[in-house]
Amino acid sequence: MNDSEIIRILASIIFQSTPLMIAVSGETITERAGVVNLSLDGTMLMAAMTGFVVGLKTESLWIGFLAAAAVGALFALIVAFGNIRLRQSQVAVGFVLTLLGDDLSSFLGQNYTRIPGPVVKHFGIPVLKEIPILGPIFFNQDATVYFAFILVIVTWFLLFRTQPGLRIRSAGERPESAFARGVNVNRIRYLYSILGGALVGISGAVYSFNVKLGWSEGHTRGLGWIALAIVIFGGWSPVRGAFGAVLFGATKALATFLQKAFPEVSVVAFNSIPWLLMIAVLFVAGSDVTERLVVFMPRFVQRPLRRLLRVAPPMALGTTFGED
Amino acid sequence: MNLRIRGWMGWAWPIVPIVAALVFTSGLLLLFGSSPVEAFEAMLQGSFGDQSKTLSVLAFWVPLLLSSAGLLATFTAGLWNIGVEGQIILGSIAASWVALRVQAPGPALIALEVIASMMAGALWAGLSAVLKTRGKVHEIFSGLALNNLAIILTNYLISGPWQPPEGGTFRGTQPFQDAALLPRYADSRFSPLSFVFLVVAFALVVVALRGTFWGLKLKALGKNPRSAFLLGVSSEREAILAMMFCGALAGLGGAVRVLSWFDSLRQSISGGIGFLALLVVMLASYRIFWVPLIALFFSVVLNGSITLQLRTQLHSSLGGILTGVMVLLVLLFGDATKLGIFGKKKPHE
Amino acid sequence: MHIELQQIRKYFGPVKANDGISLSLEEGRIYGLLGENGAGKSTLMKILSGYQPPDRGEILIDGQAQTFSSPAGALASGIGMLYQDPLDFPPFKVIDNYLLGKEGDAVLDYRAAEAELRKITSRYGFEIDFQAFVDSLSLGERQELELVRLLAGGAQVLILDEPTTGISAEQKDKLFGSMQRLSHEEGKTIILVSHKLDEVQELCDHAYVLRAGQLVGEVDIPCQNEQLVELMFGQVPARSERPDFKLGQPVLELRDVTLSTYRLAVKDINLTLRAGEVFGLAGLEGSGQKLILQACAGLLRPEQGQMMLAGKDVTGWSYHHLQSAGVAYVAAGRLEEGLVAGLSLTEHVVLARPEHDFFVNWSEAQRETQSRIGHYQIVGRPDTLADELSGGNQQRFLFALLNSPLKLLLLEHPTRGLDLRSTDYIWKLLFRRREAGTAILFISADLDEIIERSDRIAVFSGGVMSRVVDAKSTSAEELGYLIGGQA
Repeated sequence: MNDSEIIRILASIIFQSTPLMIAVSGETITERAGVVNLSLDGTMLMAAMTGFVVGLKTESLWIGFLAAAAVGALFALIVAFGNIRLRQSQVAVGFVLTLLGDDLSSFLGQNYTRIPGPVVKHFGIPVLKEIPILGPIFFNQDATVYFAFILVIVTWFLLFRTQPGLRIRSAGERPESAFARGVNVNRIRYLYSILGGALVGISGAVYSFNVKLGWSEGHTRGLGWIALAIVIFGGWSPVRGAFGAVLFGATKALATFLQKAFPEVSVVAFNSIPWLLMIAVLFVAGSDVTERLVVFMPRFVQRPLRRLLRVAPPMALGTTFGED
Repeated sequence: MNLRIRGWMGWAWPIVPIVAALVFTSGLLLLFGSSPVEAFEAMLQGSFGDQSKTLSVLAFWVPLLLSSAGLLATFTAGLWNIGVEGQIILGSIAASWVALRVQAPGPALIALEVIASMMAGALWAGLSAVLKTRGKVHEIFSGLALNNLAIILTNYLISGPWQPPEGGTFRGTQPFQDAALLPRYADSRFSPLSFVFLVVAFALVVVALRGTFWGLKLKALGKNPRSAFLLGVSSEREAILAMMFCGALAGLGGAVRVLSWFDSLRQSISGGIGFLALLVVMLASYRIFWVPLIALFFSVVLNGSITLQLRTQLHSSLGGILTGVMVLLVLLFGDATKLGIFGKKKPHE
Repeated sequence: MHIELQQIRKYFGPVKANDGISLSLEEGRIYGLLGENGAGKSTLMKILSGYQPPDRGEILIDGQAQTFSSPAGALASGIGMLYQDPLDFPPFKVIDNYLLGKEGDAVLDYRAAEAELRKITSRYGFEIDFQAFVDSLSLGERQELELVRLLAGGAQVLILDEPTTGISAEQKDKLFGSMQRLSHEEGKTIILVSHKLDEVQELCDHAYVLRAGQLVGEVDIPCQNEQLVELMFGQVPARSERPDFKLGQPVLELRDVTLSTYRLAVKDINLTLRAGEVFGLAGLEGSGQKLILQACAGLLRPEQGQMMLAGKDVTGWSYHHLQSAGVAYVAAGRLEEGLVAGLSLTEHVVLARPEHDFFVNWSEAQRETQSRIGHYQIVGRPDTLADELSGGNQQRFLFALLNSPLKLLLLEHPTRGLDLRSTDYIWKLLFRRREAGTAILFISADLDEIIERSDRIAVFSGGVMSRVVDAKSTSAEELGYLIGGQA
């Protein structure tokens, strides 16, 4: 393997992980506001299908993406409404929507499987793409990739450097205190569930227009769950989440590479890598392994390291808030 | 007056989501230019058209209800055992292993298959439970990953070590020896013996949850793990036991799938029965005795939609949509008093 | 700013929390709002501070009727409340916590905010690290942070809800000092919500007394304590005497026990409790006393040292193991750590009993529950759900679940949130247990309770245990200084 091949692989890893980055950013926003949208897998399937069909019929990528965003927003709205207005379990509603989205996308998309449709065009950024090594990896990509980069940064900035971001986090951490500060908790939760859902919808369409072209039954099945796991692994931060997404993208490349290297091992064995990785990654995020490692570090790095590794879900995640 | 309306709503309420789900699916059918009446007729035909079709419904019902019964224990303990699908598959695999590799007289072989499948399902579920209690990995995620790993394992076995000797494109193992299969009723897919398993298992679940100290511990754990721990309940042990209990029943369901519905290990051996069982139990919430009825209704819908696909070329996921919409509506609007439409809920309730 | 409350009424179901309360508040004065638990003080103040609307009645500010949709709305009108448990954001940085909810640009201007915050904190003599996380601050510091926020928000009226619970004597002096300045120099109105007469006498100019949702009187301070007591209770309740008791053999011995968590380390604790002894642990929340309790219960494993139970080495035993050896632990949160909402009283009794058959004998369990209900004077039936009981009954039921005999009883805030009568009853039940040889180790934020009920007392401050003092010869003042870390 030579250098240009490695660069090509790295560029493809970034490309592969783009939709995951978008979905993770969306779900991170939603969960920071205190709502778990567990329906991601179904949402992405429905959005991928809807986006593809609408884009195909209207011959417009924009309208296709818009339709996908609308589907994502609708699914998120159902979860938020069920929890806020009807006071039902977010997990239960989200799970049923996952199954429903899967079946609905199979049914509604049955006449559109395996046909060509619109495609996001390649767009290398002039000047930047000429930078050695980094240029071809990051800046000689499709527009969706740049969108994902910008989205991750904007999401981080929104959550941690703005007043609306403070309000989102306050609704997810301690809604009764947020209410006392004049934050309309439930409006925030509606708003950012819907926004997060729309982004998840867009990520679905990025698959059908860009990363895994077209539509087939169960087109993105499983990826929504992986996105949910990455949100946890990312400690509810969009930047760490993006790294998680790239890590998963990398495993796919790794599987392809290993397959070439060890042709005698069955192909199906490599399919199990993402799922094993999912368990491993959640195990590391959840257990006290990291805490035990920190104790062995020199004292002066312990504090900043803990702060860096501080992974705690929003305190009020998944709960219902009533104003009385 | 107010009270009487509420009472009336109380029993009429279950009908509303059913009707709404039917309306929704009718809309979908019209969208695809099919007549809803014909479609639902085809579904009924597919379920009750003749004796063999009705027996198919029953044959589908048995593993579904076995898994649902197991899920009653995990839901009571507050666990989201989404891994039930994988536990069914592991049960299938274990039963297939016995059927393919062991030579013994019929009854002994079937007994071995049952034990193997229950152990495999229980172990697969136990893995999920240990990941939760020791690694703090939520059972939804571990279950999901284990489901996919189970599917991958099946595919590996079918295309690798358990490939039929003649090879070919057939996506499954070769048919098992006759002695390994559950005796079936009148050439159908339904085995009366599996029904006996079912009755015993369901009775066991009812007694365990209602009458034993273990059932009480699960209930406490499901409602408040911290208080339950302080009251003396070992949350880790009970969580693992509840999961393994469910896994054993799901595994048995998997054995019924390979030994009576099919006669070999196939690619999609479960066919989503695990997920369907989750919906059944969610729809029933904690009313144990509704579970068999709901499971039966779902079997009718799902079997019917297979016939629908054969007859009208419409995708069989329509059945899943019908049940999914129903459960969603019941989840959302089921407890009418929570809506505030029928009088506001009292505070401190 | 002159405030007038007129005929404020608030009912919660059958409970008349506020039943037509009218009172007025003048600029530059400090008011005490007195009353037993459940008299309606908190409800009234939550209404005044916009946290909840009244069912009926009006709030007049300088003669104008006002309605508040939220605490933020009330603060905009100049009324701010400091809650007993500060309504802040533990995972946030101090500066973020301060900025949340403030008007201004969408993009946060940290530099300006820090300058602003520095100005106010230095004016009132507070010292807070702006980059620290709120959950690393002490309760006193969190209160200061809230005060700063309210003052910066333009509060003219400050309501303090039981502010001295869980802070040191030093912090209390500092807090009261700033309140004096704020009211007498800057003309702010202060309302101190309390059930502690000494504090009201020390700080206030005037006191309103509530009882059962109604205003039953007002007096200028200083006045005779007896006068306030009579207004609060109708009659002076007789407290039960602490029975003298001859102590038995050592039950619990801690030898050089060292505990540590991510936040706090408690080193080299030596403590011996004898059969029948009641031992109180005082200190600010998070000073280490709870860790000791948890270690004794087997919920926290000591890093070093030895723990003996009735002469047997039980170091490192698990909670359930110790439970079966005769150790019981009653945590503070009733429905969070103790009772299971949605389970009946009978189901609780079955769960809590030490021995079990595989099948539950429900009719026998029902009878047993009925007898415990009678014995502990609980208002409820065997099939009542735990969450349907009132707070006092829940607490009594927790004690009804304890098994006999017990060697060691560990209690966390055994009477928090209970009125005097319930408190007294619970201690009567507890004192009865010592006769059976049970040693009791408890923590409480209420110094009076600790002094009155214990035989011996130890105080924790920043993970260090003070000398052990004799309850009969100590005073709240002495303990207050120990809490502040001064020996």
